[in-house]
Amino acid sequence: MTDSYTKAVNSGLTKTLAKKLGLPRPAILRRFRAGDPLTVGPVLVVSDDASAGDADALAKTLHGWGLDVRRQPTDDARWGAVLLVLTEVTQPTDVSGAVLAAGSVLRRLAPNGRVVTVSRAAAAGDAPALAAARHGVDGFLRSLAKELRAGATGNGIVLTDDAPVDGTSTLATLRFFLSARSAYVDGQLLPVGPADAEAPADWDRPLAGKVAVVTGAARGIGAAIAKTLARDGATVVCVDVPAAGEGLARTANAVGGTALQLDVTSEDAGHRILEHARTRHGGLDIVVHNAGILRDKLLANMSPDKWDAVIAVNLEAQLRINAQLLDAGVQGLRIVSLASTSGIAGNKGQTNYGYSKAGVIGHTRATAPLAAAQGGTANAVAPGFIETEMTASIPFATREVARRLNSLQQGGRPVDVAEAIVFLASPASAGVNGQVLRVCGQNLVGQ
Amino acid sequence: MATRKPSDGSSRSTSRTPARAARSSAPAGARDALIVGGNRIPFSRAGKKYADASNQEMFTAALEGLVARFGLQGERIGEVVGGAVLKHSRDFNLVRESVLGSSLSPQTPAFDLQQACATGLEAAITVANKIRLGQIESGIAGGTDTVSDAPVAVSEGLRRALLDASHAKTLQARLKAFAKIRPSDLKPLTPATDEPRTGLSMGEHQAITTARWGISRTAQDEVALASHQHLAAAWDAGFFDDLVTPFRGLVRDDNLRADTSMEKLAKLKPVFGRGLAEPAEPTMTAGNSTPLTDGASAVLLASREWAEERDLPVLARLVDAETAAVDFVHGHDGLLMAPVHAVPRLLARNDLGLGDFDFYEIHEAFASTVLTTLAAWEDADYCKSELGLDAPLGSIDRERLNVNGSSLAAGHPFAATGGRIVATAAKLVATKAAETGKPARALVSICAAGGLGATAIIESV
Repeated sequence: MTDSYTKAVNSGLTKTLAKKLGLPRPAILRRFRAGDPLTVGPVLVVSDDASAGDADALAKTLHGWGLDVRRQPTDDARWGAVLLVLTEVTQPTDVSGAVLAAGSVLRRLAPNGRVVTVSRAAAAGDAPALAAARHGVDGFLRSLAKELRAGATGNGIVLTDDAPVDGTSTLATLRFFLSARSAYVDGQLLPVGPADAEAPADWDRPLAGKVAVVTGAARGIGAAIAKTLARDGATVVCVDVPAAGEGLARTANAVGGTALQLDVTSEDAGHRILEHARTRHGGLDIVVHNAGILRDKLLANMSPDKWDAVIAVNLEAQLRINAQLLDAGVQGLRIVSLASTSGIAGNKGQTNYGYSKAGVIGHTRATAPLAAAQGGTANAVAPGFIETEMTASIPFATREVARRLNSLQQGGRPVDVAEAIVFLASPASAGVNGQVLRVCGQNLVGQ
Repeated sequence: MATRKPSDGSSRSTSRTPARAARSSAPAGARDALIVGGNRIPFSRAGKKYADASNQEMFTAALEGLVARFGLQGERIGEVVGGAVLKHSRDFNLVRESVLGSSLSPQTPAFDLQQACATGLEAAITVANKIRLGQIESGIAGGTDTVSDAPVAVSEGLRRALLDASHAKTLQARLKAFAKIRPSDLKPLTPATDEPRTGLSMGEHQAITTARWGISRTAQDEVALASHQHLAAAWDAGFFDDLVTPFRGLVRDDNLRADTSMEKLAKLKPVFGRGLAEPAEPTMTAGNSTPLTDGASAVLLASREWAEERDLPVLARLVDAETAAVDFVHGHDGLLMAPVHAVPRLLARNDLGLGDFDFYEIHEAFASTVLTTLAAWEDADYCKSELGLDAPLGSIDRERLNVNGSSLAAGHPFAATGGRIVATAAKLVATKAAETGKPARALVSICAAGGLGATAIIESV
């Protein structure tokens, strides 16, 4: 699971050698630790003229978070982040001043720095020029993210339906993108809508008092999700099939939660999860559908059991559990499902898996309004290449290629996926609904 | 008790107090000891999956699964009580060491206890009593045993010589001590479960009892077959999903033969009782006797207040218990007949009849142990002369016996069996009570080496 190349090019003699030879040098990414500063340096807030008011409001909030906020690009700083506010642009010509000002400091963007755009979504009915000005940000941000180096990332907040620029969900998203929690999220534009959301008392423990269920929690990404949810304050119910009970007990004991040995494909899985959460922990706030299986085969060689098993675990189980939880009237439920880049871009030998993961994206969008009707949300996270026991079993050459094919030139860690899930599950993220957030280091395939 | 009786005693079924409502039989001033739940690792035949697992590793695993199931991380439990029958001398504090290796609070006290195959049940009785007396609010009872990692001792001659040498102060004295060692002293002593006072193995003892009661080979094989079929069905139904946590890659008891049949069992050669005098025929085979097994189990008990404070579900309560012993040394009674004596005393104290139970969990040390136990309770002469009863204790509805299998199928890691049975019985009565809306009751009976036996009543809450 270790990426020895990344280690080598970042330390000692091999670092010097790699520099001289001009070898690609993936950075050591900064990860979240409670108590660490939010950003690695001062934050520059720039905007087009019309968006100055929104920029002021955001600058004030950042200042309130204890950040060193500047409004003018200068040569004397090692920038921690650049916030580019383009919320009120109306013409494509409006943005040049702001983007060039942002560009002028990129050479002095610190390692693990951040660029975040805040713009509004182009919508049906917009004037063509307005839609162009707004949607242009999409291509701009994705291109800029590919230019950033040394672990720096670029992501965008796209406000929908007149969401306020200083709404709690906007700020929660901004904080996520600025922080080390989004280490492996790169080149992503996340739509944020208006919502009644409450900011947490402590941004480092956004899930305090919440009860979360994680399926497939015995190992790998599921275990990391359980640990991250617990770290951020949640009581975690760890679910996995009875056969995986040994690892499940290990996870539950590590996070101070409870282990529930349960096959998610059983007819009453949702009822049993809810009963356990309610009787043992007094309620249910978050469900993370992480359980998933692979049965790779070219379609020409696919057998019915291989196809059906993948659909049953990865897709049908989520649908059934969601329906049971929502039918039971669970209020404010945060549903986060694991999709995959294979469900977005496709992958040879994974027609079954790709179907199931694209299916997850489909049902997430459709579940969102149903969850919202009960004060909840439904979102998905799509991991790219993550360093797990599973990916460690991929043959060396294939694995090396796969893990480098992204803007950060490395695989992500299970905790990177978990951080994105915590963000989506947090009360403050209520305005993010029906979305698929990629955690892929801006993988070259798909969006 | 020289006369044998037909094994079908249903015509004389005597349920003294049918359909009696459950009531608390806690003595005045005592409160209920509730069974919250249990956990065990799958049992494995000796020398297989757990070949190099120690008792401490297995018991720690059983505890860790229990902690995870009930969210007991960092919890200071009132007492953890358990033991092992085959134990290394270094494991003098086996249970406490296991607690220290677990996620429980290191401030959790513990002690080792041992009563041969009744160790696990005796541990549960001990914990329940402490709870009922108000000395502790919570407790874990359990046991572990490994035949694979059993201690191997040196011969008495070598041991003496080594001790003398360690006490010697000079090189000369040391050499003198070593000089006493004879080649025959170098043969290691493997642990034996033979009865020290008779030199007979448990199987040979039971073969005598089996013959005395005239228990047929077919009747024994039927008990074995039912055990495998019931255990397999329980696994398939998910009964053990919240009673077992896998260990070392093993997810089910590997002694279980779901596909066994009367034909397959009939093919096995008798292994015990081959030296019996005519006309007795050896009937006990590897199929209707328990195999040597490795495994561990644990049961969480608590006061009602302690469980409620933690939002823990409760399955049942451990109502009362009785242990007994028989004089097997002088051939007066069978080695494994002690529960036959314990149960009538237990029933009398609780004003219950043998028929007043929804479930009977009778440990299958051998299929014939179960059958001789039942036969004795049906036998008027035996009940009068040995148990001092005016009438036979009665017979049981065999449909209620070991309904989810027992030791013949699951295997029998000596000290771990009690925890398996207590947790199973507690879940059975809880499930039955939830289905019917009426209280349910189970009788637990475990025979043990040394002519010992422990029995208990478990009731739904």
